[in-house]
Amino acid sequence: MTPSSEIRVGLATCGIAAGAERIYSALKASLEEHATSVPLKRVGCIGMCYNEPLVDVVASDGERITYRQVQEKDVERIVSEHILGGEPVEDLLLQPDGFFEHQVRIVLENCGLIDPESLDEYRQHAGYQALNRVLTDMSPGQVIEEIKASGLRGRGGAGFPTGLKWGLASKEPGPAKYFVCNADEGDPGAFMDRSVLEGDPHRVLEGMTIAAYALGATHGYVYVRAEYPLAIARLEKAIADARKAGLLGKNILESDFSFDINIKAGAGAFVCGEETALIASIEGRRGTPRRRPPYPTTSGLWGKPTVINNVETLANVPWIIRHGANAFAQYGTERSKGTKVFALAGKIKHSGLIEIPMGMPIRDIVFGIGGGIRADKALKAVQMGGPSGGCIPASLADVPVDYESLKETGAIVGSGGMIVLDENTCMVDVAKYFLDFTQKESCGKCTFCRIGTKRMLETLTRICDGEGTPEDLDRLVELGEKVKAYSLCGLGQTAPNPVLTTAKYFRDEYEAHIAEKTCPAGVCKALIAYAIDPQRCKDCKLCVPECPVEAISQGDGAFQVVDRSVCIKCGRCYSVCPFGAIDVVSRKEEVR
Amino acid sequence: MANLSLHSPNETGAIEDVLLNFPASPASVIPLLQKIQERCGYISETDLTRVSRYSRVPLSSVYAVVTFYSQFRLDRPGKHMIRICQGTACHVLGAGEILDHLKERLEIEEGQTTADGWFTLESVRCLGCCSLAPVIMIGKETFGRLTRKDLDEILAAYREKGKVA
Repeated sequence: MTPSSEIRVGLATCGIAAGAERIYSALKASLEEHATSVPLKRVGCIGMCYNEPLVDVVASDGERITYRQVQEKDVERIVSEHILGGEPVEDLLLQPDGFFEHQVRIVLENCGLIDPESLDEYRQHAGYQALNRVLTDMSPGQVIEEIKASGLRGRGGAGFPTGLKWGLASKEPGPAKYFVCNADEGDPGAFMDRSVLEGDPHRVLEGMTIAAYALGATHGYVYVRAEYPLAIARLEKAIADARKAGLLGKNILESDFSFDINIKAGAGAFVCGEETALIASIEGRRGTPRRRPPYPTTSGLWGKPTVINNVETLANVPWIIRHGANAFAQYGTERSKGTKVFALAGKIKHSGLIEIPMGMPIRDIVFGIGGGIRADKALKAVQMGGPSGGCIPASLADVPVDYESLKETGAIVGSGGMIVLDENTCMVDVAKYFLDFTQKESCGKCTFCRIGTKRMLETLTRICDGEGTPEDLDRLVELGEKVKAYSLCGLGQTAPNPVLTTAKYFRDEYEAHIAEKTCPAGVCKALIAYAIDPQRCKDCKLCVPECPVEAISQGDGAFQVVDRSVCIKCGRCYSVCPFGAIDVVSRKEEVR
Repeated sequence: MANLSLHSPNETGAIEDVLLNFPASPASVIPLLQKIQERCGYISETDLTRVSRYSRVPLSSVYAVVTFYSQFRLDRPGKHMIRICQGTACHVLGAGEILDHLKERLEIEEGQTTADGWFTLESVRCLGCCSLAPVIMIGKETFGRLTRKDLDEILAAYREKGKVA
């Protein structure tokens, strides 16, 4: 038997939400009770959110054994059988499922492996080596050239070449320049940046400091969502530790270079992910974007040259410096180099945090890494890029994930949210969902964004309520094109994308809502009804007390029936039926 | 004007120590409001005025900031804040029904507080634990993969805690 050298518990937000804190405490108590000296470590997101809480037992030879969906009652067995007895607990082990096989981990190199609150551990994993190299061996110009050569592009959504951005700001006169890390991850369904900040915060600070050196910035800010308290806490600790170790502040690593970082907590406004709105927010004002040019690289925070990069972009930087631009550029496609982190969620078996080389086809992500669709249903579409992105239909599942190819489909790589949709998802409802989001988050400055999105949302709501007219669809597309054309910032310029892509690829579904007054996916309440199948109904009557309006009564035999004139379509009977005897049926025969 | 001085106590208590931690500049407005809300649960009218005077930003501009950002509240919240995630993953996995159920059980709409002052219900855009969808947070505790039945049990447990306390 190989002795265990370390036990790791994934304690990022999703792990904690799944109960990992309790597992950690139970392990701690059990280890103490057995008086073992095997260290117990908190780590960040391991990535397999679908298997949380996760516990890794690392053997002295480095072999890693993973326990999945660990419950408190399992802890004693893991300690006594495995840690003390040397025999892994077979029935609790994670079975290999292809989740990690096709991933390439650059940004997530340390996530789930190191203690995010320990500067020493980060250093043991090559942390701050890149910064040291930059400060001792490289001129700012050389750093910029290296990043340019790597082909790194902004990972926040727009895909602007990072080296180019740094180069522009480096040419501006100083002395005061600012560097801002954009951690205002606002897309619903995206948690890449949160995971990096929670799992490997020093990596982001190192990337920021290297960038600041390259362009001559004296002060930096991390603008992070207030909804991410754990990320903020870990960043605060990392900044304090880095200052103590001479990695931030005056004369970093005894060089002539000085740079310090402060945290600014966002206050809940999606539009603040846009550069000029973010700047307004740091300055203490409402986050409304302004016209560009001048670009922030010329006149940004307090009128000074400012570079804003997102978390994932910066997390690539130390790796590129350590391994060289060529090593990075070997991954990816002609114009999209390196890897991309995605938050894979929705109706997928293996939801979690993944990192893939650019250019991997959507199909390989969904069925290879993601393990396919829940309950083996059919893939309908993949929503990428959140409210700014679009829906890519299953027929285009072989499209490679890179900036150019996805743009052609009408979607975008975006910041990295990837929501998988199945046959039971209504595409009109999804479009409505995103438009509801952007409409509420519009800052109100541009007329087309403020009023155009509102009119689009009203039209979509009408269609979902079965009151759409034949002209609605063309009008939606026309208005969508105009909102894109006449909005100042990225929010308005991309807000119609979910509508335009669904109208393009799922036109028949819109038409079914409008002309036939049916919702093929069975989602839009106004267009569906519930019916109990007399054959499958076992007359257990579980649904009867569940119904809030007493619409269910004894049928003509040993089964129940739903009175559609009373039913409010809350769906409770449907979810409580243990025999799947309740069907969602179209209401079209009743609407005219 | 004297009653608006930094040292006069008001319904949300003294905040001068909060103010003095930040430089008296416009950039302090948002962090100041965040700290005050963290302590008091909301921003009172008096505190708005104090922030305005301290940061030398017109009251109208401070009010503009407070109403722009969704984080800020202008009324006192209930004892327990229920935040229901309306992120994409939660939406496609039935967050709408969870929200309807909560509204019905608590007899309030989004943004409101129950008559007993026990719960405030708020929708949030994404809590970032999409694999656990649908998700709610009560205070700092997260509950995932929710069903209506789970919700009833969770609410009952919180109400029970109230009786003990």
